[in-house]
Amino acid sequence: MTQMAIAAPRPRRRIRRDWAGWIFVGPFMAVFALVLIAPLIYAIYLSLWRETLIGGVSFVGLENYVKALEDPKFWEALARVTVFLLIQVPIMLAIALFAALALDSARLRWVPLFRLSIFLPYAVPGVVAVMIWGYMYGAQFGLVADINNWLGIKIPEPLSSSWIMVAIGNIVTWEFVGYNMLVFYAGLKAIPQELYEAAEIDGAGAIRTIFSIKLPGIRGAMIIATLFSIIGSFQLFNEPQMLASLVPNQISSYFTPNIYAFNLSFSGSMFNYAAAIAILSGIITMVVAFIAQNPEGLFTRKRKANSLEEEQA
Amino acid sequence: MVAMLLYALLPLFWLLVNASKSRDHLYNSFALWFAGDFALFENIYRVFTFNDGIFLRWFGNTVLYVVVGGGGAALLATLAGYGLAKYRFPGRRAVLAVILGAIAIPGSALAVPQFLMFSGLGLTNTPAAVIIPSLISAFGLYLIWVYAAEAVPDEMIEAARLDGASELRIFMSISFRQLMPAVITVLMFSLVATWNNYFLPLIMLSDPAWYPLPVGLNQWASAASSIGGNAIPELVITGSLLTVIPIAGAFLYLQRYWQSGLTAGSVK
Repeated sequence: MTQMAIAAPRPRRRIRRDWAGWIFVGPFMAVFALVLIAPLIYAIYLSLWRETLIGGVSFVGLENYVKALEDPKFWEALARVTVFLLIQVPIMLAIALFAALALDSARLRWVPLFRLSIFLPYAVPGVVAVMIWGYMYGAQFGLVADINNWLGIKIPEPLSSSWIMVAIGNIVTWEFVGYNMLVFYAGLKAIPQELYEAAEIDGAGAIRTIFSIKLPGIRGAMIIATLFSIIGSFQLFNEPQMLASLVPNQISSYFTPNIYAFNLSFSGSMFNYAAAIAILSGIITMVVAFIAQNPEGLFTRKRKANSLEEEQA
Repeated sequence: MVAMLLYALLPLFWLLVNASKSRDHLYNSFALWFAGDFALFENIYRVFTFNDGIFLRWFGNTVLYVVVGGGGAALLATLAGYGLAKYRFPGRRAVLAVILGAIAIPGSALAVPQFLMFSGLGLTNTPAAVIIPSLISAFGLYLIWVYAAEAVPDEMIEAARLDGASELRIFMSISFRQLMPAVITVLMFSLVATWNNYFLPLIMLSDPAWYPLPVGLNQWASAASSIGGNAIPELVITGSLLTVIPIAGAFLYLQRYWQSGLTAGSVK
């Protein structure tokens, strides 16, 4: 009797504890299923159908995808964000890295002031950021015009068709450089002090320390920042879409893949085709993000252990 | 670094300066300094009274979306991150795989189907359409998870269990306190994200009475370029300033709490 009384609660306790995690994860997963998983499945379903005015809805298999791959507008949009990605992201991350290293170096004073001020634009709503820069770019409210008058020169108009991508790139950089700086800075702060002491004993100078300790030490932070920036570039929407209200002629209805999908759905009611475009650009983003995260993996096929999982063990 | 400081702050200075100008001076005074008349308070008054005070309504909507959506996101992320870090339960690996996979999926692939689904459920053009999708913060979950793995010792949970405390009780009275820096960090980011949210409400809402500030402001701005539209640049600029101040204030106020959370959260 006593033996059973002792033995019985044990398995029950273990089972209870086994399922207890769901108390915490359950609410998140329920909402997650509703707002992410269900729409994703629905998008795939939608992309396999076609709605016509006369014929109603019919199943067309992969026809929408074939159509997208032959659609020059889609390719143009994709090419535009790719160029943007290749130019804006390295510049932004390099500036952010430089700033983080400067903050982390012992030489800089008023670190909190710099850190907060450079991060502050991240808290500014994208709409407001675009408006400020849009007005400053424009000849109307005069910053560009003022500079021209003041210096007696004519600097290129940022909102003209040849400079609009640079103008957008500058807004995006302004919004996110501080965020990336903080990610790098947090990574630098987490490097164990012993490594610096060891480097000093080995006679390493400031530059050597940066390349041998600091940069390898924030590899994880760099990967995360790169991933978020890649995803952000492919999703480019807010800045060009809002600028379009200032300069409607420079921003086409297929300026970026996201804008194209948006306009197909909400102006053209082509929901099925829009779903295919969205999924295609989603897949391309994932592939690029994957390659960027693990470039050597492409060749060696070495499976990298999930670092998050490893950490838990 | 001084150049970077100027780059970051100059546009905000421009906003402050130009919110204080009347429309005439907007067009014909030096862009980076105050003009003769100081019309800031008049502009603010006009922002709040323009169009039957719709700006105040947008302000209220934004606060609602931020408190319920952003606050809810922080809460759900905290619970889930903690659960993933501290419990081994059936289906845990599947949960991890699904969440990690979903982070990589761009929101753009989901916006249209999200809209169609919510429209099917009769939720579009209601606050729920903005709030429910805002409740998910994958980044927040990740941060709490990494943080909880280090900050909440398993021995402490085990000791509380031996004392007979329930799992929820343990979380509320013991673990939550340990998680505070990370929770504030996540709250900060989800507040900023919901305050600044533009794309989602743009898709989900058609009635201006439910707009949050960013969508409303953009409507004011585009009124200027539409044919026969009534250009109100001084109200757009002053309204922008009024939109930035609360979130920047919250941000500066909370920073002493959240920065430590971010540093600890990004280890490795």
